Amino acid sequence: MSGYLRDVALLTRKDVLLELRARDAVPALLLFVVSALVVFHFALPADAAELAAKGMLWVAILFTALLGLGRAFQAERQQSMLDGLLLAPCDRSAIWLAKTLATIVFLGVAELVALPAFALFFSALDWETVAGIALANLGICAVGTLVAAMALASRARELLLPLLFLPLAIPIVVGGVGASVADDGGRYLGFLALYDAVFAIISWASFEYVVTE
Amino acid sequence: MWSRNNAVPALAAAAGLLVCASIALIFFWIPEDADQGISQKIFYFHVPIALTAYACFGWGALKAFLHLWRRPPGADLESYVAIHQGVIFGALTLITGSIWARASWGVWWAWSSEQLVLFLVLFLFYSAYFMLRFSVEPGPARANLCAVYALFGVVLIPISFLAIRLANDFIHPTVFTSQGPQMAGSMFFTFCVAWAAMLTLAAALYHIELAGKRLDVSLRELRERLA
Repeated sequence: MSGYLRDVALLTRKDVLLELRARDAVPALLLFVVSALVVFHFALPADAAELAAKGMLWVAILFTALLGLGRAFQAERQQSMLDGLLLAPCDRSAIWLAKTLATIVFLGVAELVALPAFALFFSALDWETVAGIALANLGICAVGTLVAAMALASRARELLLPLLFLPLAIPIVVGGVGASVADDGGRYLGFLALYDAVFAIISWASFEYVVTE
Repeated sequence: MWSRNNAVPALAAAAGLLVCASIALIFFWIPEDADQGISQKIFYFHVPIALTAYACFGWGALKAFLHLWRRPPGADLESYVAIHQGVIFGALTLITGSIWARASWGVWWAWSSEQLVLFLVLFLFYSAYFMLRFSVEPGPARANLCAVYALFGVVLIPISFLAIRLANDFIHPTVFTSQGPQMAGSMFFTFCVAWAAMLTLAAALYHIELAGKRLDVSLRELRERLA
């Protein structure tokens, strides 16, 4: 098992290192999420409730994640890098786990800027919202990475990813918005944790079939 | 002579008979609902169609699982056809549900109706399944992708159902509880006949479509061999 974890750590390190050197995903995500918040300010009427803004925060996070997921396999797309990875003597699910971890890191960095920006533009955030976002990141990236790998195999890559991903993400939005706006957020956090566990297990188990014949 | 070729017409005939029988029972035998009048009769179409759609999605996922596990030839096609039938019955569920909502609540769409919202989510999900299937070259890779996505579908059904239950708590503070009609014996019998009719109909359509698709595949293989 230590060999498995070492593979995951190495593959994650590769993705983070690529991002640190090329810097082509995270700055775009940051810019996108802040622009989206500004757009939402003008989309909401002046007397809109605080609750509506919190719903918008979840929309912003979901679409930022979608933008990041579209780029997740960018490096692998070029020069059949994915085939190279598949030839490496490691478990295929390690590739999925490493990609998921790297995507969580990128999305987390974007949120580190987006959440203070939201607090500045709209309203202060409570701990339930932050916990909900942390849990949602796991689910979004776990399912999203698998779906992005699926979309990669198709002709209509960029077009297909949102179509495949959004119906799967509806429960995340329900759990997240519930955690932010309901009086008893704990129930919704529990639901998000359940979603994460179920979909992480099925994605982990099925990734091999997505990338091999 | 009883051969495999007779099975599909027999199934289709059984489906036709059962559908006629259920229509006769629904409109001429069971009494009209005291509250909702004639509009309540759509219950005997809407619910059996919805349950049949679930059965189709479940069957498709089962075939998908078999494909990934044992790789029997044809499991991919069977999974696809089952999901195709599921989407057709799912669309019918949305239509009949919408008509029922109009008749009893005066609106064509009600977010408080958990069944309708769930079917909308599933309809979107499985429509994306077709988008995926038709934008990948046919072959073993496509069969794998579709099988994995179909498996995600059956996991999504209970999770979405739970999510919609939870969402109703903050979107509609007073949860709409559909008590449904108190099922008398005659109503339950009619409901069972209607459900059996829909399941047989789905099975007949499944086998007919499957036969057509298999014919397509063998025709293509023959053509490739000739070319």
